[in-house]
Amino acid sequence: MSSFRHAGIQFIRAILILWGAFTVTFFLLQMMPGDAVMVRFMDPELGLSPDQIEAMRVLYSGSSSPVLQYCHTILRMLHGDFGYSVQLGVPVRTLIAAALPVTLRLAVVGFILSLVWTLLIATGASLLPARPLRQAFQAIPGFWSAIPLYWSGIFIIQILSFKLRLLPVVGVGPWEGIILPALAVSLPIAAPQAKLLLQQIEETERLPFVMAIRTKGASQESVFFRHILPNSVTPCLTMAGLSFGELIAGAIVTETIFGLNGLGRLTRDAVSGQDVAVLQAVVMIGATGFVAANLAVDLLIPLINPSLRSSAAWKEKSGS
Amino acid sequence: MNTQHPVLDISHLGISYDGKPAVENISLQTFPGRTMALIGESGSGKSTIAKAIIQLLPPSARLTHGTITLNGISLTDATPRGLNTIRGRQIGFIPQDPSSSLDPRLPVGRQIEEVLRLHTSQSRAERRGHVLHLLEHVGFSEPERRFSQFPHELSGGMKQRVLIAIAVALAPALLIADEPTSALDVTIQSQILDLLDRLREESGSSVLMITHDLAVARDRAHDMIVLQHGRIAEQNTTRSLFESPRSSYTRKLLADSPAFHSRPATPARFVSGMRPAIQVKDLTVAYGSQTAVSHLSFDVQPGTTHGIIGESGSGKTTLLRCLMGLISPQSGSVHVNGKDIFSETSAERRQRLRNMQLVYQNPWSSLDPRLTIRRIIEEPLRNYFPEGQAWRQTRLHELLERVHLPLHLLERYPSEISGGQCQRVALARALAAQPDILVLDEFVSALDVTVQARILELLSELQKELDLTFVFVSHDLAVVRQIADTLSIIRYGKQEEYGDAEQIFRKPASPYTQTLLQTIPGQKQNGNQPQKFLGS
Repeated sequence: MSSFRHAGIQFIRAILILWGAFTVTFFLLQMMPGDAVMVRFMDPELGLSPDQIEAMRVLYSGSSSPVLQYCHTILRMLHGDFGYSVQLGVPVRTLIAAALPVTLRLAVVGFILSLVWTLLIATGASLLPARPLRQAFQAIPGFWSAIPLYWSGIFIIQILSFKLRLLPVVGVGPWEGIILPALAVSLPIAAPQAKLLLQQIEETERLPFVMAIRTKGASQESVFFRHILPNSVTPCLTMAGLSFGELIAGAIVTETIFGLNGLGRLTRDAVSGQDVAVLQAVVMIGATGFVAANLAVDLLIPLINPSLRSSAAWKEKSGS
Repeated sequence: MNTQHPVLDISHLGISYDGKPAVENISLQTFPGRTMALIGESGSGKSTIAKAIIQLLPPSARLTHGTITLNGISLTDATPRGLNTIRGRQIGFIPQDPSSSLDPRLPVGRQIEEVLRLHTSQSRAERRGHVLHLLEHVGFSEPERRFSQFPHELSGGMKQRVLIAIAVALAPALLIADEPTSALDVTIQSQILDLLDRLREESGSSVLMITHDLAVARDRAHDMIVLQHGRIAEQNTTRSLFESPRSSYTRKLLADSPAFHSRPATPARFVSGMRPAIQVKDLTVAYGSQTAVSHLSFDVQPGTTHGIIGESGSGKTTLLRCLMGLISPQSGSVHVNGKDIFSETSAERRQRLRNMQLVYQNPWSSLDPRLTIRRIIEEPLRNYFPEGQAWRQTRLHELLERVHLPLHLLERYPSEISGGQCQRVALARALAAQPDILVLDEFVSALDVTVQARILELLSELQKELDLTFVFVSHDLAVVRQIADTLSIIRYGKQEEYGDAEQIFRKPASPYTQTLLQTIPGQKQNGNQPQKFLGS
């Protein structure tokens, strides 16, 4: 019962965070000098008079009072309507619908790959038979986190596409096209996760219960997979939640290198054109990504760590 | 004298850590149905021997000499795979600290089941039945419910029962119990030891009990080995060892163990009519709806020691915090030297905290690891006294002399000195402020008996010379008996007993105190034949 309560509280908190993100971005975008209407229609070649521009402005933003606009926008958003892009003159929803799947695919595949790397590194560093091999695996996270994303991206294209010709970069389907960029993003995300997991494993290994399990006659592998690893993943999950949000909100570099038309590209264009409605929508999607990932982690952690499950259990404790 | 074959046979064992010998020339044999106690203080090598038997020494350890065989099979020559079939199957291991020896993520039933899964071909349902039976066997009344409970839902004593169930699940020939009860309250301690005795009798296992507690060993073991600096100082049957100890080290251990003698008779130091140094009246503290301390009252006369005894969860810590004025009570009062501490001005508070010093339990963690001993003791001197460097230097030397510490320790760091020395530094630091009252929280609990005895001597000496008042909080009755003039026994936040200490120890009034006193180990008369206890 109390775990439902916990979930409820987490959910309400997530909604509040989203509302806060919306409010802050809305007023920040309002405060920006100039607006998209100016950027697009001030061009002398179009020959529009100030009155006509003002009429355009009314057309795009509805009403003039910021508070009324705020209420209007939030209501529209709740209905899934993000307004119109001033730059392109199409509904923002259409733009998002085209860009989001690309970014989401990249994020999900990159994220899963990063988890795979993390587990492989942790397993190798703990279970490989020779000490030098284990040490080599332990060194991987430090090495990977030193490589910037734009460099590893270009490197991966060079090697896998141009030299080895394993995968083309252009003219591929939506899923094949995602493999290389996902590989590139997964490395810098896996590095800190793996580092954290290795540290945590080292700490868990020192706990008395691990020795107690060895005295039962469990093998090295069995102790690692059944006891050490599950007891070490919690902090790593928290970090993974943050990285997933990052993947959705910060895809600009990867999308630029690999020429993908995702949210990153959309954000870049919207910023240069001061396209407020698009920016607002992009920020909300990014925020939703962060919040959803963290909500998922918060709900997942009690499943892995029973002592965090409920405080009610403490009261059942009775003398022996 | 024993015609049976030994279960465990260790011969001329030598182990070193990074080239430094930890144990040398250890030979011992254990027999079915008998308990052998391995006694030693910290650093004596007793845990090293236990880990060597089960072949789980840390990588820095090296076997330099000797062999270990179990029922004729050499453990020192066994392969890792071979060892995994012996651990848990033929050797059961009961670890030291029940609170951290179970996987916090798994229900306890599953953790008992694991040992069956590893060593038998039982089906899932059979394993479950076996585990439920084991849970019942170690004294759980609702095995079904316990099966699916997590470690954090069980008390320390219950966790130790679970660990015992794991160790005895497959009726191993040898049971190694590594300080099985040192982390438990005294009433729970005797229940667990009774359980171990019962299981040993039923299964005929041979038990190797590793302990620092002579009193526990005397009650429970047939044979004893006393270890000192990694060598055997004495080996004998328990009865002979206690009746006529041959080695000087054993005699010293016996003399220093508080359980074997009561306080040297001192005249009662009650001076009636004097204003009490501390007066606690009807004190009640609650956290939310939970009452931690309820209606506690006691007086402490100047120059005397008031002992506060309580098991874990009794409200000792809350009481201490309240006594220092760190938390406010719901009702009741605390007067120190006649002043109400909850209505004092901040200047008065500063003065009181200087007169009343709190000294903590853990020797190492209560001293700042980044400061030298000199800086640690100098800090209160700087804070409280305006005098210059030369004065501080003299005072520093005086303080060190008071607590019998050599001057050359001044430039060391806390991690470089022993636990007993740390406690002396903590005392010197507390005395630097020239207090009249010391509040000592489990002050000697983490120390070995010989060190403990020296620190207790030092405390009495300081009390006499400086006319100090002590509040001495401990879970250890034998220690408190040595030092306390008056006594409060608390349980679940309520005062079970209050009065003259010797009086309470001789004629306890409350049933709880009686149980508490009966469960102090070391009182059973028949050392050679541990008594049979069927209840638990």
